[in-house]
Amino acid sequence: MNAETIHNNPTGRKRFVTRARGLGLFYLILAIIVLVWTLSSGSPQALSRLGLGIILQPPPVRLTIPTQPSLIAIGLLLGVIGLYALLRSPSERTTNVLLGSGALFVVLGAIIAAAADKSIDLVGLVKDSVRLATPIMLGMLAGVMCERCAVINIGIEGMMLTAAAVGYMVSLYTQNMWLGLLAAVLSGGVMATLHALLTIQFLVDHIISGTCINILAVGISGYIRAAFLLKNPFGAPGLFPYVFQGTPLWDIPIIGTILFQYQPMVYAALVLVPLVWFVLFRTPWGLRTRAVGEHPRAADTVGINVFKIRYVNVILAGCVAGLGGAWFSLETVGHFDDLMTNNRGFIALAAMIFGNWNPLGGAAGALLFGFADALNFKFQILEVNVPYQFIGMLPFILTMVAVAGVIGRTTPPAADGQPYRKQ
Amino acid sequence: MTFALEMRGITKRFPGVLANDHIDFALETGEIHCLLGENGAGKSTLMNILYGLYRPDEGHIFLDGREVHISSPTDAIRLGIGMVHQHFMLIPVMTVAENIMLGTEIVKNGFVLDQDTAAQRIREISHQYGLEVDPSAYIKDLPVGLQQRVEIVKALYRQASILILDEPTAVLIPQEADDLFTIMRELAKQGKSIIFITHKLGEVFAVADRITVLRNGRVVGTTRPSDATQSSLAAMMVGREVILTVDRRPAQPGDIVLEVRDLKVLDDRGSMAVNGASFEVRAGEVLGIAGVQGNGQTELVEALTGLRPTIAGRVSIDGVDVTNASPRRISEQGVAHIPEDRHEHGMVGSYPVADNLVLNTYYRQPFARGAILDHRAIEEHAWRLVHEFDIRTPSVYMPASNLSGGNQQKMIVAREFSRPIKLLIAAQPTRGLDVGSIEFIHKRLVQARDQGVAVLLVSAELDEIMSLADRIAVMYKGQIIATLDATQAERATLGLLMAGVTSHGA
Repeated sequence: MNAETIHNNPTGRKRFVTRARGLGLFYLILAIIVLVWTLSSGSPQALSRLGLGIILQPPPVRLTIPTQPSLIAIGLLLGVIGLYALLRSPSERTTNVLLGSGALFVVLGAIIAAAADKSIDLVGLVKDSVRLATPIMLGMLAGVMCERCAVINIGIEGMMLTAAAVGYMVSLYTQNMWLGLLAAVLSGGVMATLHALLTIQFLVDHIISGTCINILAVGISGYIRAAFLLKNPFGAPGLFPYVFQGTPLWDIPIIGTILFQYQPMVYAALVLVPLVWFVLFRTPWGLRTRAVGEHPRAADTVGINVFKIRYVNVILAGCVAGLGGAWFSLETVGHFDDLMTNNRGFIALAAMIFGNWNPLGGAAGALLFGFADALNFKFQILEVNVPYQFIGMLPFILTMVAVAGVIGRTTPPAADGQPYRKQ
Repeated sequence: MTFALEMRGITKRFPGVLANDHIDFALETGEIHCLLGENGAGKSTLMNILYGLYRPDEGHIFLDGREVHISSPTDAIRLGIGMVHQHFMLIPVMTVAENIMLGTEIVKNGFVLDQDTAAQRIREISHQYGLEVDPSAYIKDLPVGLQQRVEIVKALYRQASILILDEPTAVLIPQEADDLFTIMRELAKQGKSIIFITHKLGEVFAVADRITVLRNGRVVGTTRPSDATQSSLAAMMVGREVILTVDRRPAQPGDIVLEVRDLKVLDDRGSMAVNGASFEVRAGEVLGIAGVQGNGQTELVEALTGLRPTIAGRVSIDGVDVTNASPRRISEQGVAHIPEDRHEHGMVGSYPVADNLVLNTYYRQPFARGAILDHRAIEEHAWRLVHEFDIRTPSVYMPASNLSGGNQQKMIVAREFSRPIKLLIAAQPTRGLDVGSIEFIHKRLVQARDQGVAVLLVSAELDEIMSLADRIAVMYKGQIIATLDATQAERATLGLLMAGVTSHGA
């Protein structure tokens, strides 16, 4: 039965708040805000310049559009989408299309507004989004690998933090970045082994175990920093090199910037996303993993070792989270700071839910969060007239929206978080 | 001669219970061997030992005369033993093919799942044994009868020669059960040996070649259907003569007590579980709600007792509107509720029996004076009910979870009957109970009816409905599709109605 028939029923309680209605109201309010703000504060002569990078030779190519009319158009479009969703109670599929196109307009509007009388490099924005999405993507993969076999892992943050510290320490003392990377991966695996032991062997509540991992990681990484990193006889080991620097690929206009100007962890994430998807959905190991996540008893009765599946997945997931940790200290910053993972491990879980426990959808979620981060940086640099804290909140607001199910109904694996005992 | 399977002297102890006491059991090749016994007689324990889920403390297992050690389901599968569990071991969000190949996957190119070859093999098995299933269908879209078929194919796919069917008819309507029996005979004809676990006597005669009866963990005897009658088997199961029919006079229906109009209720996933159900129950009659499990009965009862909100329609008791009223308000209208899941909704397991017996009245005189409980009154009340309802417990301070299922249910019945009531809502009141407790509870239900209580009985056991109800309402996909007078209702008609077939064509 759809919402309308309930609504028409005179005796029953009306289910007034539907997903489409909520969405419609949200976009309608947004449209009003956009229109009021544009008409009250924008100057009619302002122009927005959107850069497309350097195409053949300098100067950079730019798209120049009038700010105010563009924003008014976007505001009106949002209003139409909002009204349609509010009044017509569209189907689930149409609602998704409306949601997607609306989000696109919001993003476009934000960029155009920010670029008023200034210039924003769109190509650079995409590149930054991918780069900043990397740790979220790796964390998301770790989450998917764990939860697909029914182990909830909120300790990804801690696994990444530990890996960032250990990886940096090892690369500092050996003066070898790749040994540092190996150490980061292994330390993520070790933390995950602890989580696996606690949850699978000792049947500790998964949330509590994950919280312990996170607290433990703050301690371990803080100790490493104080004892080994602040005072040491070595010089900084530097950063991972750019993989394609110096090759012709690097210099391809637009495509080169978007695809080939990254360091190794970005490519690791981009390779692992389809790989994990393939393993999960196209191989016996993945079939067994998903079976264990849905109905472990059923898997057990056909001779699958539930414990082995969970151990292997959780430990490998920790290693993937370790790659994410290396992104912070070895690929981006070049040293280790306390709490430098800055909650990206939790955002990763939001990306996982956003993607409905599927690596491909999760990667889309990670890119969205990465984009919010990139936009935040851009706005700070451009000194846009929005407090940067608000843009900084964007990923978290998106998270809440995603988790609250506005994105669509998400279904976790049926046995997620439940301990398994042999009969 | 050698048997397909022989189990000798199997003993299994659990803390405080001797579940299997030197059981000898032999299965001939190509026979359908019925394992009959009450809940708790040790049937499931014995089969779990055979399937490698439990290790026996003593005893030996022989397959085709050769001794084997089975320490895991993997061993059992390798030895050609397949089990169709009572609660299906299927993953709803996966396809038939994925479920069947799980654990014994076929791969191509070294590591890629080969769905096509698996589907091909499933079709071959389907064809050979007359078990049509669509390999690409999702389990969650299949009716229970087909899901069971998938389970059987799953065992055959693993080349099982011995099939254990654990209470396979519990979830089926009579026609589906007949189909299953046909399939079983076909499988036996093609050389499969089948162990058929049940506690329903009628089925034994429909399909079994031989029958072994278990009681209290021991083998009472092995016989053939031709040498036995329903009452002789029942006596073997229970250990004494059992009255199989409920003795009752015709109903004397009075005024309407419960009236339900166009009720709509959502299930946990937000889909329509009760979709416009209307019926009424009069004082002094039993209205039985028959239907295959999962057709909205659970949600209906929860809505009537205030445990689940309704989204449309009206419920009134004695003319008072109680739609979406709180459970306590409904209870104070004189409604008693024997819930479907006694552990979840019927009692607090860690509380003593005495406290469980006042869960619905503790806040009133004489059990409470203001905010203070009167433990003396509660204890006296408890002892009185324990004696009146024959609840077997050493003390009223025993935690309720320590009681046997039958005694827990008696405790719940005692509590619900301990105050004046107008309406009794009983959901699966005898599920999982021993014959003695079933007799007792049936007698109490009829007694309540004779005293003028309106009784709404929801049960998945058609036999229970037919022996207790005065009128039978059939629930299908959230609607009451027919209401029949019990004297005119025939099994076959009810079975068709439960499958959604009405006389005007579906």
